[in-house]
Amino acid sequence: MRVELSVNGKPHVVEVESRTSLLDCLRERLLLNGAHAGCEHGVCGACTVLIDGTPMRSCLMFAVQADGYVITTIEGLSPGPGELSPVQDAFCETHGMQCGYCTPAMILTAHALLAGNPAPTRAEIVEAISGNICRCTGYAQIVEAIALAAERMRGVNRPDGADASAQAGPA
Amino acid sequence: MVAQGDDVRIIAGGQTLVPLMAMRLARPRLLIDIVRIGELAFIRRDGDAVAIGATTRQCLLERDPIIGADLPLLARVMPFIGHAPTRARGTVGGSLANADPAAEIALVAVTLGATLCYRDGGASAEVSAAEFFIGPMMTALPTTACLTAVRFPVWREPRVGIGFHEVNARRSDFAFAAAAAQLALDENGICRRAAVGIGAVTTVPLRLEGVGEALVGTRCDAPLVHEVVTEALSGIEPLADLHASAAYRRRAAISLAGRAITDAYEAAVNVN
Amino acid sequence: MSGPATPFRFVSSDRRVREDRRFVVGKGRFAADIAMAGTRHVALVSCPYPAARIVAIDKAAALALPGVHYVLDGRELTAATSPLLAGLDIPNVPRRPLAVDVARYAGEWVAAVVADTRALAEDAAELVNVDYEPLPFVLDGEEAYAAGSPRVHEAHGTNVLLDRTFVWGEVEKDFAESRHRLAFKVKWGRSATVPIETFGVLASWDPWREILDVFASIQMPRFPDQVALALKLPGSAVRVHNDVDVGGSYGVKRGIKHAVLVAFLSRRLGFPVRLMEDRLENMRGGDAHGPERNFDIEVAFDDAGVIRAMKMRALDNVGAYAGRSPFQLGKPISAIVGPYRIKSVQYRAIAVTSNKTTQEAVRAFGQSPTNYAIERTLEEVAWHRGLDRLEVRRRNLIKADQFPYLIPSGTSYDSGDYDAVIDKVLAQADYATLEAERDRLRGQGLLAGIGIAACLEPSGANSTFELLLNPKNETTTYTESCRITVDVSGAVTANIHTVSAGQGHETLVGTVVGEVLGIDPDRIRVVRPDSLSAMPSQSPVGSRMAIMLGGAAFHAAQKLKARLVAIGAHDLGIPEERTAYENGNVSDRAAPQLTAHSTTYAVFNLPRDLSLGDEILL
Repeated sequence: MRVELSVNGKPHVVEVESRTSLLDCLRERLLLNGAHAGCEHGVCGACTVLIDGTPMRSCLMFAVQADGYVITTIEGLSPGPGELSPVQDAFCETHGMQCGYCTPAMILTAHALLAGNPAPTRAEIVEAISGNICRCTGYAQIVEAIALAAERMRGVNRPDGADASAQAGPA
Repeated sequence: MVAQGDDVRIIAGGQTLVPLMAMRLARPRLLIDIVRIGELAFIRRDGDAVAIGATTRQCLLERDPIIGADLPLLARVMPFIGHAPTRARGTVGGSLANADPAAEIALVAVTLGATLCYRDGGASAEVSAAEFFIGPMMTALPTTACLTAVRFPVWREPRVGIGFHEVNARRSDFAFAAAAAQLALDENGICRRAAVGIGAVTTVPLRLEGVGEALVGTRCDAPLVHEVVTEALSGIEPLADLHASAAYRRRAAISLAGRAITDAYEAAVNVN
Repeated sequence: MSGPATPFRFVSSDRRVREDRRFVVGKGRFAADIAMAGTRHVALVSCPYPAARIVAIDKAAALALPGVHYVLDGRELTAATSPLLAGLDIPNVPRRPLAVDVARYAGEWVAAVVADTRALAEDAAELVNVDYEPLPFVLDGEEAYAAGSPRVHEAHGTNVLLDRTFVWGEVEKDFAESRHRLAFKVKWGRSATVPIETFGVLASWDPWREILDVFASIQMPRFPDQVALALKLPGSAVRVHNDVDVGGSYGVKRGIKHAVLVAFLSRRLGFPVRLMEDRLENMRGGDAHGPERNFDIEVAFDDAGVIRAMKMRALDNVGAYAGRSPFQLGKPISAIVGPYRIKSVQYRAIAVTSNKTTQEAVRAFGQSPTNYAIERTLEEVAWHRGLDRLEVRRRNLIKADQFPYLIPSGTSYDSGDYDAVIDKVLAQADYATLEAERDRLRGQGLLAGIGIAACLEPSGANSTFELLLNPKNETTTYTESCRITVDVSGAVTANIHTVSAGQGHETLVGTVVGEVLGIDPDRIRVVRPDSLSAMPSQSPVGSRMAIMLGGAAFHAAQKLKARLVAIGAHDLGIPEERTAYENGNVSDRAAPQLTAHSTTYAVFNLPRDLSLGDEILL
């Protein structure tokens, strides 16, 4: 079957078997390897991509179901070659990973959270990533990264002297 | 198309069907994707009920004002269903048609006496929630039919309260036991209407009719609640599996039902 | 996040882990990310029975499917390969990637299908028709140990792979002279570490160069050697690529049967072959389970709860085959008394086969179950004597002034202050508040408790226990290497010779080398040669890399620095004692403004009469 996918702002036309998952299509046909297979039954979240800005499991969608959406993968987050988005940079700052396998999914999920909620509480951060399993870190530094990113993004483009911490933030 | 048989299946959110397919436990030759049929996605008031279209995404129920106002029990259980990413794609109809014994939407449907609507070929039909769920992962939906909507009755009494509790190994895992309660009180704090249900304890969600009846005319004080719930559970054979024994499920169900009823009562008492 | 001031410039400073940069943009290089033209894919046919004779394998329907290239069975693979290495001396318990004649656990791989895509391979795997004759089976470890239970390996004659008793000290005398004794059982259930990335391997045989390229999500010492041995190839014919990122391992990514399987297929079929386990293959047939151990403990102690002697019988159900897993009964010998002053110990280590999935090495390599048993012992003693659990522990701990302390089994603990550890933990946890909370919850009719455990774990991969369990095994320690080069631009590159699974080894080496040379670590490149170009490495196991790789990097950098100083002194025409080294430059302390040799200059203007190379090897 033929399907048109919009991935990271670029249109792609692919010919895939109808049973090909969106995950496999992104990885094998579009060579976007940042989404990872961890369980292929929707439990671990390593395959997370953003569909119209909302985190979803790409292993639970067929590629042929994914037309008409704005699909964002981890590859779509960097502002440019060698550059990191604020969320990506925050993850590096707090070392919110070890092996890196769950990391793209965590970052996309954080990205979506902060797009809708610029000042999440710690509980809201934890809730947002509760669908993503990490086997390495114990999550603390991932939560720190997201809180740090939120704090930095709130501080951007603020007039001098304005108090960025005046808004509600994580405890 | 659906009339072609078992190897043709309907897919909506796919959050349950696709994992089964990935493990090759479900092997449809053909999938009919209904998730973008606009007419099947809606939340609207319909007389004394709220009707929800089958392909309505679960996440929409979490924030919809109609659900929040008219179906507080349904709104209450939504965050317990899977995780945000699965609720973003999974549908109400998908959950109901899947009929997992621990499913929260099914429990609310049975507790409140919802009606499920489906189309079979050219004909429309309805079935009560109690008759819809006939076994674990088994429903009365004909294989050629497609669920179209579910209608939940709305309680118009001025003082309505709800309660819901479930217990599992981790948040968002399948529950070992769950209980839901909705009560309506009069101005003196006497219960005038009660609906209590348990889920994950038996192969289908169960409405505890006897409990509901016994609470009417009372103030739902703790000893009475415990007594009637224990009595109701004594006549039930709970599931036993590697996660929990029958005895545990019975004990948990009694405790959770008690808490749900108490929460519902206290919430209703505080309504002005 | 910065800590207190340290004597170091870069070590323990608030620096970023350099590996993170590629992971946050999705540019890690995991096994499934590596593409080679012409790669075909493997799916496995698994046995559904815990034990069964393989009567016949009908491949016709599978082979008839378009896109299917081959169906390999155990007979063919066995004829062409050697068995996988076992740690114990158990020649009658051979281990192969595919079952031969008999399948010994539910999930064991019986045949491998090769097809153009993984999906096609799975389609074909379903069409492989295996005729099984179910056999009697045993799952429970104690039952497997008892006489009369079904034998997992007929030729071995028993289910017992190891049954050795060690007696350290006068155990019976200490028991006889003690006021109290207790006997009880402790059970450590089978678990697994389950990394989010399953095991994957891509192998490609180049018949023109006669080299097998292997890319694998691996954490295994001697992996290239073992692949070569099994395939009956010289070690120099196997090139394992170390620049593969591993998505978590925690011990289990041994993957030797997977690697041998795809390597054989690649040689047989003439194209690259990849196996990426799906989660079902991984959990049932991936042989990545951890210890499953029954403990029978007897302990002798006095009125104060001070333990004098302990008898520990540890029976581990290793599953249907054995690689390294029985050695997880051996490592705990190095810390058999935990942090306590137990005077004498009898330790009986039993490994049995059963019709369960094969175990592999799991983080801590057997110390965790043992620590659990030791801590349960402390709890039982405290309960028996009506004493506070923390107090009993304090009474039994090795005291700070007793180090170095020789434990009965022969390990010398070099240092420690265990009381201080307990004090810190209690303070951090606000133990008194926890106790009050516990009591409050109990008052409400809830069940509440506080878990306490002290753990001592041998790390650094001291392997002296290997000899104890298999006298034919000569390994006692694992080496590690680091090579540092300086190029014509003065840039420093360090090599490490293994894969990593998120431990930050590149950052470790860059930081240590930078610290010694006085150069910003971010300017130090760290790369990983493949196994044919690499120096000896035993891969990350037993929490050894900071010690061993860090040590290798440190010493290599020290040697490089010494060479730079020698070269600089020679070129400046001054004795070495007058040199000052700073940030890669050598200068004359008597006249610092006159000359300052950079590392570049120092290295590439080699004096004629000093035999120096620009490579510093440890």
